[in-house]
Amino acid sequence: MNIGNLLKIAYSSIMRNKTRTLLTILGVVIGISSVIAMVSLGQSSQKNINNQVSTMGTNMIMVMRADQHKGGVNMGSDNTQTLTVSDAEAIRSRCKYVSMVSPMVSASGQTVHGNNNSVGSIQGGSPDILTIRKYELSEGSMFTDEDVTKNAKVCVIGKTVVDNLFTDGEDPLGKTIRFKQIPLKVIGILESKGQNQMGQDQDDIIIAPYTTVQKRILAQTYLQMIFASATSEADADAATEEITQVLRENHKLSDSQDNDFDVRTQAEMLKMMNSISGYLTYLLAAIASISLIVGGIGIMNIMYVTVTERTKEIGLRMAIGAHSRDILLQFLIESAILSLIGGLIGIILGLGISYAGSTLLNWPFVVSIPAIAASFVVCAATGIFFGWYPAKKAASLDPITALHYE
Amino acid sequence: MTAIIKIEDLKRDFQVGTETVHALRGVSFEIQPHEFVAIMGTSGSGKSTMLNILGCLDKPSAGHYYIDGIDMSQCSKDELSTIRNHKIGFVFQSYNLLPRTTAIEQVELPLLYNNAVSAKERLERAEHALEQVGMENRRNHTPNQMSGGQQQRIAIARALVNDPVILLADEATGNLDTRTSYEIMSLFQKLNEEGKTIGFVTHEPDIATFTKRVVMLRDGHVVKDYPVDTKSAQAALESLPASDDY
Repeated sequence: MNIGNLLKIAYSSIMRNKTRTLLTILGVVIGISSVIAMVSLGQSSQKNINNQVSTMGTNMIMVMRADQHKGGVNMGSDNTQTLTVSDAEAIRSRCKYVSMVSPMVSASGQTVHGNNNSVGSIQGGSPDILTIRKYELSEGSMFTDEDVTKNAKVCVIGKTVVDNLFTDGEDPLGKTIRFKQIPLKVIGILESKGQNQMGQDQDDIIIAPYTTVQKRILAQTYLQMIFASATSEADADAATEEITQVLRENHKLSDSQDNDFDVRTQAEMLKMMNSISGYLTYLLAAIASISLIVGGIGIMNIMYVTVTERTKEIGLRMAIGAHSRDILLQFLIESAILSLIGGLIGIILGLGISYAGSTLLNWPFVVSIPAIAASFVVCAATGIFFGWYPAKKAASLDPITALHYE
Repeated sequence: MTAIIKIEDLKRDFQVGTETVHALRGVSFEIQPHEFVAIMGTSGSGKSTMLNILGCLDKPSAGHYYIDGIDMSQCSKDELSTIRNHKIGFVFQSYNLLPRTTAIEQVELPLLYNNAVSAKERLERAEHALEQVGMENRRNHTPNQMSGGQQQRIAIARALVNDPVILLADEATGNLDTRTSYEIMSLFQKLNEEGKTIGFVTHEPDIATFTKRVVMLRDGHVVKDYPVDTKSAQAALESLPASDDY
């Protein structure tokens, strides 16, 4: 059998049965596009979370005070005073997997400038804090180590603070704002970062030297947190290990004592976030596989229902000289063409839906190759199998039996 | 002159449940080139079984069947397909045209299963076959746009297109009214005059009078085999009363 003739036969058969063709293609399209759209959107949301966590900092490691327990009661961490500047210094000097360190103290209260005021918090850090937490300056400059030494009354502020305290068109640089009556000169303005994944405004921030916040505002010697940055993402665990070691030594903890601090990496936060969105992706994939099954049953039905008409056709074709092999090839080609067309449309539609969805939600657009491959294979296999199987049954009949099939 | 079809002591049994039905119980006859043979008989006489075997759609249980000297009873399923494609033209009672397919495509169909025929030759031969049955003006019509007689003509063209050794018709006029039947018979007579060998199964004695020879079957045996004083279908058509033409 000449392949050109077979293609011609398959083509005219497809064109002759437009409704069946369209319905079969539709089944494939629905199955494939829903799987691709759902899985891609699930992965988009995951990617979105990843991106947002990584905007929080560069290979960031947070050292926090541990909760205190008194008589079996968890007292929280607010009264823990074990974390000090000397710990930060020790981490800076002794940990080789740590590239940057910043102590962290924060106070909340009212900020005033002219007639405007707002309530928020002030964060005290070292100049490294900007890099560790991935902030960038849009104007002005960051305070220096010298400012830290001198407890200088300077600060850098985020965009929300600028909007709250300054009237339109007023240049905040060089102006003085008051936090809890302490005057601080604005020397830099931060680039906007928007909200984080918890909905917190990352631009509502005032950063001053930690010494200034400790001595002038809080009058305390301990720290609330230490931010550090690992030398690379891969070194984060090693850095965590090192920090734990250094702090235990610094705090003179014996082997039997628990840590009086907590070390957390960005990767751990990411894991926590991902476990939530991971479930979402599984859920979406489960819904999508149902659409895949529904699409498959659709294809199966169409192929099976047309078997009566087609059995007669097969009988006739065999009566005028087609071999069983010709019949099988014809049906295989037909269903392969339908699956292929449906598959391509489904892939395009699925990608279109996920593109539209991710654009609408402001998520990154992710193309899931495994989802495309898996859904395509399932639909194509269903289409081809249920195109081929009734044909095989019919082609094995005697031409006479097939011709008289009702 | 050598016979193009020769059957010897042909038997065909069917197993229906536990009983064996003997449809053909040892039939022998020959068909010479340019013959126009009616195979007649009542229901259950074995004439359809006979025709299916002649058309290589079925195989005998015993006996021999030769087309052009080749023994069909030794052929495989695929070989029979090829024989059907190259040597046999089959016309069915219910036309068996493909739905939603144009006349020219219906006629081209057998040639699509023949690798030796190029696309150009296929089209030429299909057009020629349509001319032979007087349907060249209907080449792009689909079956639902044609009358029964026209559909049967397309089916005949499809049977002619591979230039078969023998044209076999199974009650080809069974679904048609008298006038259209006569028209179809007239077409068969014309084709026979042009040199086609025709085997025609019918149970209507009236139709058989348009052939040249009758082979009468009863209970799986040939009971009569006699030449016919052929009537002209064209003349019969002209003698039909006008009132029949409704």
